[in-house]
Amino acid sequence: MAEPMGFYTDTTVCIGCKACEVACKEWNQLPSRNGGQTTLSGNSYDNTRALDGIHWRHVKFVEQFTDDRKDGRWLLMSDVCKHCVQAACLEVCPTGAIIRTEFDTVVIQSDACNGCRDCISACPFGVIDINPASGTAQKCTLCYDRLQAGMQPACSQACPTESIQFGTIRELKDRAQKRVAQLQQMGEKRAYLYGADEKMLGGLNSFYLLVDRPEVYNLPPDPQMPTRNLKLGSWFSVLGAVLVSLFGVINFRNRGAEERP
Amino acid sequence: MNTPPSSTFFSAPPDWSWLVVLYFFVGGLAGGCYFIAVMIDFLGRPTDRPLARLGYYISFPCIVLSGILLTLDLHRPLRFWHMLIESNTFQPMFKPWSPMSLGSWALTIFGLFSLIAFVSALSEEGRIDSPRARMWRPPAPVGAVISIIGGLLAFFVAGYTGVLLAVTNRPIWSDSPLLGMLFVISAASISASLMLLLAHRSRWTMPGVNALHRLDGWVVLLELIVLIAFLVSLGPVFRALVSAWGVLLLLGVIILGMGIPLALFWRRDLLGEHNVLGIAVLVLIGGFLLRLIIVFSAQGV
Ligand code: SF4
Repeated sequence: MAEPMGFYTDTTVCIGCKACEVACKEWNQLPSRNGGQTTLSGNSYDNTRALDGIHWRHVKFVEQFTDDRKDGRWLLMSDVCKHCVQAACLEVCPTGAIIRTEFDTVVIQSDACNGCRDCISACPFGVIDINPASGTAQKCTLCYDRLQAGMQPACSQACPTESIQFGTIRELKDRAQKRVAQLQQMGEKRAYLYGADEKMLGGLNSFYLLVDRPEVYNLPPDPQMPTRNLKLGSWFSVLGAVLVSLFGVINFRNRGAEERP
Repeated sequence: MNTPPSSTFFSAPPDWSWLVVLYFFVGGLAGGCYFIAVMIDFLGRPTDRPLARLGYYISFPCIVLSGILLTLDLHRPLRFWHMLIESNTFQPMFKPWSPMSLGSWALTIFGLFSLIAFVSALSEEGRIDSPRARMWRPPAPVGAVISIIGGLLAFFVAGYTGVLLAVTNRPIWSDSPLLGMLFVISAASISASLMLLLAHRSRWTMPGVNALHRLDGWVVLLELIVLIAFLVSLGPVFRALVSAWGVLLLLGVIILGMGIPLALFWRRDLLGEHNVLGIAVLVLIGGFLLRLIIVFSAQGV
């Protein structure tokens, strides 16, 4: 296996230009929404709004302003599939369409997917959705086709500020930690890495440098694997079956003892 | 920004809709009617045989309908077989830790058991001429083995849907481990109710009807307790149900589908001869609404 590859996204240098979104759409030939007619969100410059089957990159615009709008800041973050080391989507996929590649990334094989949508509800980050053009679940492939050809993903290549950086996870973590230290030293004490260590789903192969709580960026503070409920849920179901059987035995055994309903 | 009560609030809804709600109901009936019929086969008197046959007669069409509903719900229905066979390698596709994968196999195999019981019931009634098929149900030894395996699969089919919802990252569904248990018990209550409804219509008076009626009462009580435990186990996520869905849950499921039927069990003279009918209809409505609310409420948050 090649070395694990991924993205490190430094949100502090993102300028919200959406070049990554455009590059992703172009390279992956993703259709436009609404037949190409512009629909505005009406409350933000963020008109993409969310990741879905035809938006595999989404630049989030977090607008933090005081009520009188005298003070404020923008938090910008280019969101994408996290290519989790322990991937919830891959875990539940019943068709085997979701695979882990030799680059330790997570890819949905569109020709195997039958559109059951189990992965959509399993992903803790709300990344996957159905692409209406294919009728299958789709998301970022971390440009698997480009990686196999020795190229870097379209989005990181297009990013003009190097907010999105591509490389081996080892190297990216190193770079990211240095950047956090630099920011801290400059007085940005809130800087930290989200998903870089193994505690979060074994590590996110697309991790972030953030300067506010995860939920401010619409990221889960504590994402979990869906199978956390499997054992206990199954045992409780067995208990339910045992209780129903027990009631059955009791009622059918002494049925002669009582009058008709 | 307010912190949501659970990290599950950052996931996306899968848009499982009416087809899935219907499947949860019909699949519950398929499993529930089968295991009740098996219980009657083992514990009932010879006069109760028509009641057991009724269970198998409901189970098989329901499991066929379940397969159709699930296939139609796929965005690529013609690829339904990818659930069982890996499309690239043509090897069996089986992931025991994925409830949807396990469930696909269970539905397929249970469908076979349900068909066997269906045919056996038909032959017992003389509707098809196959004396051998009569041995596929108890008390014949082969039939006993078939029924035990089929009964276990029936419980699985009735309950795995709840576990499937729990093994996601959606709010409500994955914030409690009790959904599978709730679905198993609810499958028993709706199945007993449907069987009673049909038995009542045919004016059957065998002792099994009485036993089934009492079983239904106990199961509805158990279901109410487990539903309350489920709501409590949601903890702070309960606030996601403070909505129109929550009101419907209280009025349609807890009061109409459980409270009133329990009152009718207790005061048998309340509706006179329509008592059994009233209970059965209300429990069926409650069971349907329960699935509807669980499916839709978690996708609206
Ligand atoms: S972020 Fe979601 S879609 Fe991407 S690998 Fe993780 S679980 Fe799968």
